[in-house]
Parts: sequence; structure tokens; C-alpha cells
Amino acid sequence: MAQIELSAIRKSFDGTDVLKGIDFHIADGEFISLVGPSGCGKSTLLRIIAGLEPQNSGEVHIDGRQVDGIRPSARNLAMVFQSYALYPHLSTFDNIAVPLRMRRLSAIERLPLLGALLPSRRAKERHIRADIEGIAEQLDITPLLRRKPGQLSGGQRQRVAVGRAMVREPLAFLFDEPLSNLDAKLRVHMRAELAELHSRLKATFVYVTHDQAEAMTMSSRIAVMMGGELIQAGTPAEIYNEPGDIRVAEFIGSPKINILPGRIRKDGGVDVLGTTLKLTCNAAAGDCRIGVRPERIELGTGPFSGTVVHLENLGAEAFVHLAVEGTGSRLIARLADVRHLPAMASPLAFGFASETVRMFDPAGKRIELRVEQAERVREPAHV
Amino acid sequence: MSNAHPVPFRAILRHVLLITGAALMLAPFIWMISTASKPQTEIFSSELHLIPHRFALMENLREAFAKANLLRFLLNGVIVTVSIFVLQVMVALPAAYALAKLRFLGRETLFALVLFGILIPPQATAIPVFLLLHKIGLLDSYAALVLPFTISVFGIFLMRQFFKTVPDDLVDAARMDGISEFGIVWRVMLPAAIPAVTAFGIFSVVAHWNDYFWPLIVLNSEHLRTPPLAVAHFRNNEAGTSYGPLMAAAMVIIAPLVIAFLFAQRRFIEGITLTGIK
Repeated sequence: MAQIELSAIRKSFDGTDVLKGIDFHIADGEFISLVGPSGCGKSTLLRIIAGLEPQNSGEVHIDGRQVDGIRPSARNLAMVFQSYALYPHLSTFDNIAVPLRMRRLSAIERLPLLGALLPSRRAKERHIRADIEGIAEQLDITPLLRRKPGQLSGGQRQRVAVGRAMVREPLAFLFDEPLSNLDAKLRVHMRAELAELHSRLKATFVYVTHDQAEAMTMSSRIAVMMGGELIQAGTPAEIYNEPGDIRVAEFIGSPKINILPGRIRKDGGVDVLGTTLKLTCNAAAGDCRIGVRPERIELGTGPFSGTVVHLENLGAEAFVHLAVEGTGSRLIARLADVRHLPAMASPLAFGFASETVRMFDPAGKRIELRVEQAERVREPAHV
Repeated sequence: MSNAHPVPFRAILRHVLLITGAALMLAPFIWMISTASKPQTEIFSSELHLIPHRFALMENLREAFAKANLLRFLLNGVIVTVSIFVLQVMVALPAAYALAKLRFLGRETLFALVLFGILIPPQATAIPVFLLLHKIGLLDSYAALVLPFTISVFGIFLMRQFFKTVPDDLVDAARMDGISEFGIVWRVMLPAAIPAVTAFGIFSVVAHWNDYFWPLIVLNSEHLRTPPLAVAHFRNNEAGTSYGPLMAAAMVIIAPLVIAFLFAQRRFIEGITLTGIK
């Protein structure tokens, strides 16, 4: 079990900066998700932690020990890859045995024919077998031990890859988009399994994904990366409710947060779509952007009006796409009660409570808001 | 009915063309078998017939084995081709791995040189290599037959192309598991590349088993002769060439390749198409 400390990590490929100075601390036993759109540098960061890629500058400390320039295997981390990366010519058993054999057997004992005759090897092999059988038991892959990766389904390969990572009892587990090759149903299932595994092993997990749902459901903390920078880290609830940057707000949450153009008046009031919100801020007058989550939009009442342009009924919930009157803006509202769907092309009034509003300046940075007293009757705002 | 099984004209034409081509390719081969089965008198008779009147294959074979130490020459062929192939693999795999999976300065230049090397015919370098072997005193030995071919640029190229298709994740996983770079070549890449190694093996063994030019240049001693040289020595200027035993010997020396092909037919085709589909 280990903590991982990253300081001022920089990396560039062919003159392009992929990582622009990452500082991050991962505590012992945490499940950290590195999340961001493709090309944001999250996989590169993971590979730098693993030692598969050298950084241009900056330091990586694992459990207080500086590991820069140390071989991947000597860092004692285990990695699960997107393509699982099982050795195609080896059985499940032998795949899981590789890290143990590499570590426990000497070079002579590893020799193909001669090594098998050595008595010391036989004793070690017995231990290895016992370890692997224990892991297989835990992961429910005992019947698969003699099969080759080609004969396994995606989910089974995934489990074998996790087994190969677990068997060496590493300081930390690194996952590089391990679920993205699975179908949607299996992905949801494996999500639960991985989260369970984490709570059982209590090891440090660093999990790279571009799927915000995976990050939200499994992690104890999420680190959102964009364009080579780590822009926000926090618990899933913090990231979802209090995004510090409009890119974070837009990336986390499905469907996407609704962004509406707004204007800050000289007196600190905010106008959106011709209506003045019951909020004030200290920011300078000028343009701003207003974000409201789909589930926070109340349909039927409110100062705004729009036209229904599209309906998505998912059974348990529905999403109503509205074209806002008088502007080009579109927004999506979540409807919990699917029995009363509005008709297509019908006009609809809508509104949202002031405390659900998140405001961003033109550069995308969060602007703190004060909700006017009159609005604070029902619930305290967590702004 | 005609709708259910139409025989399109194009298909017929295609097969006629293919059969004609195949017949042309097979003709010398069949003529060899035919000649090997005829007694001397029939070979020199003025009429052309494919099926011998008197079947003399066994006699010709017996004479061929009696006149020359064919088994020894076959053994020479095996020693030489197997040594060449093993050494080629030992050189080509690490080189191909470096060219395909490692990042280092000048990699593209090196690969361009490899491609350039494919363009150079072995005859062009024959004389310098011959002189080199003469200087180090290796002429007329197994080493002279094997050493010049240990570095196969074609092999490096073929393996590099195949290694490119092996996912990087697999290499990274091996590094995480603690396998060294050379270990990755032999424990991860080689097993993954067995089809490509087989394909290369077929090219290599066929080429060097049948090679006539190089053994002819570097060999003097009879006991080192490779199979094609041995057959050629059945030509006898003084006593006249005895074609029956010559053809029988030719049959014997190509037999190993034909038998190997029949056994590994599927692998063979897989191997040839490999570079095309991957």
C-alpha cells in the first residue's frame, strides 16, 4: 500500500506539451480516477507513474521514495491495460504466474528445460501454484486457469488481467481504461466488481478513464485533466456540484450541463435570457455563462419559455430538449415522472432555483454567487 | 434450376487460365519424374512419351545412390539450412524488435538502410564476401556456406512489420512484470510471432536448400556439397550425362521440401498472406 506524490511533472512529445506541470498527491488506499477527454494526457501521466515513459522534468515519489529512472518492475506497481495485454501463447495460469516467476525464480531456474529439473524450482512452483489458486478463487476464474486468452470472453480476460496484477501484491494498482473494450452491460457489472475489489484490498488504485460515469461511480476522488493540466480534484460529489471550471462542469454529468449566455450588470445582478436572476456577484460587469444541471430545471413554471424539440424517454426518466424562445439556445431538462411528458413542439414554461446556478466568466473560471435572501427559504444553498 | 446454380462464364474462363498456368508450371516437374522413371534407352529414343514403357525408377534411384553419397549431401543441406535459419532468427528478432518497438535516435535511418539492403542482390556482394572468407581462411567449409547469410535484411524487415502489429500494451505489460528487453524478444515477441517466423523459415530454407550459386563458388571438397551441387555433378562430360539417375537424384533432393510443404501447407499459405492482411 502506498501513497504517490507527483510534483511538477512535465512531458512533451516532438515539441508538443502533453503534460504541463502536474502536482498531485494520491493518499494511501485511495481510489483515484484520472478523467478527461482523449488526448488530455491522463494515460501519459499513468505511464509516467508506472515508469513506462520517462518525464521531461518533475519527480515521482512512491511511498516517499523517489522512483525516477527506476525500472517499471522495480517500482512494484501493477497495471491493467485497456487491451488486457495477456500473453496470447500462455494459459490463464501461466499468464498470472509470469510476474511471480520473474520475481521468485532465478535466471537458471527460469530456463525452459533445465530449470524444470531443479528441485529448488519445484518448491517455488508449488508456492506459486498456491498463490495463483488463491487469486483465482477470489476472482472466480478457477475453471478458466487452463484456457488460453483467445478462448476467454472480454469480461473473463479482464478478470485474468486483474488477477495478474493482484498476484504480486503491488504497492498500487494502475488501470488504463480497463473497461472500455467491454460492452455496456458488462461495463456496469465490472464497475461494481472493481469498486468491491478496492474496498476488499484497501490498496491504492489509480484509474484512468474518459468515461465520467466510471469515475463518478467508483472513485473516492476524481482528478479532472484537460489539455495537459490537472484542473480540479475532489470527491465525485464535489466535482459534480461545485465544478471550478466550465470544462469540468461540461465534462462531468450526462446529459451535459446546460450552459446559457448571461450578463453581469454593474450592480452585480445577473441577466439571463432577458430575465434577472435573484443572485448577485462581485465580478466585474460583462458577459458570463450560466450552468444549470438538467435535473435542476423545473418544467411548467418559471420566468422562461421554450418549445419542445425532442423527447428522450428512457423509461425511468425522460429528457426534454427545449429551444429557448427568442434565442438560439437549446437546453435539456430531466423529467423524473415519465407519465406526464409534454407534447412535441408544444410551448413550455421553465425555471430553476437560484442556488442551482453555477456561473463562469468568459475564460471559464467559476464566479462565486450570492443568493438573495428571499430565495433562501427552502434550502440553504451550498455555494 | 439454372438460377440456383449459375455457372458464370467468367468463372469458367478463370479456371481455364489457372489450369493452363498450373500445367505450364508443373510440366518440367512432371517431365523430371517421367525421365527419372525411364531406362536410358527410352530417354534417348526419338519419340516423346510421358509414361515409360518399362518402369525404371528403382534402378535409377539405386544408381543415383550408388554413384554419389546422396545421404551425406542431404545431411549437408540440412546442416546448412538449419544453421542459417537459426542464426538468422537470432539476429533478425532482436533487430526487428528494436526497429519496431524501441524509440531511439536514428531508428528511421536504420530501417531505411534495412530496406536498402533488400535491394542488393547477393551476387553483387559475392566477390567481396568471397575475398573476406579467403582472408580469414574459411573457404571450403560449412562456415563459408552459413556465415554470409546470417544477417537477413529480408528477415529483419518481415519480422519488424509483424512486430508492429503486436500491441504496445503487451510489451509494457511484460516490462511491468519484470521481463528484460531480451526476455521480451524471446518470451513475448517470439511466441506471438510464430506465424511470421514460420513464413520466414519457409522462405529461408527454400532459398538456401536450393541455392546453387554460393556453394559452387566457395566449395571444393566433395564431402561438403549441398544437394543442388551434388546433382549437378551427375553431369559427366566424358562418359556422357546419365539423365535417368540425374533426374532420380533431383527427385530425391527436392523431396524433403515437397513433403514439408504438404505437411505445412496451411502454415505456408498463412505465412505468405500474413504480410498482406496484417
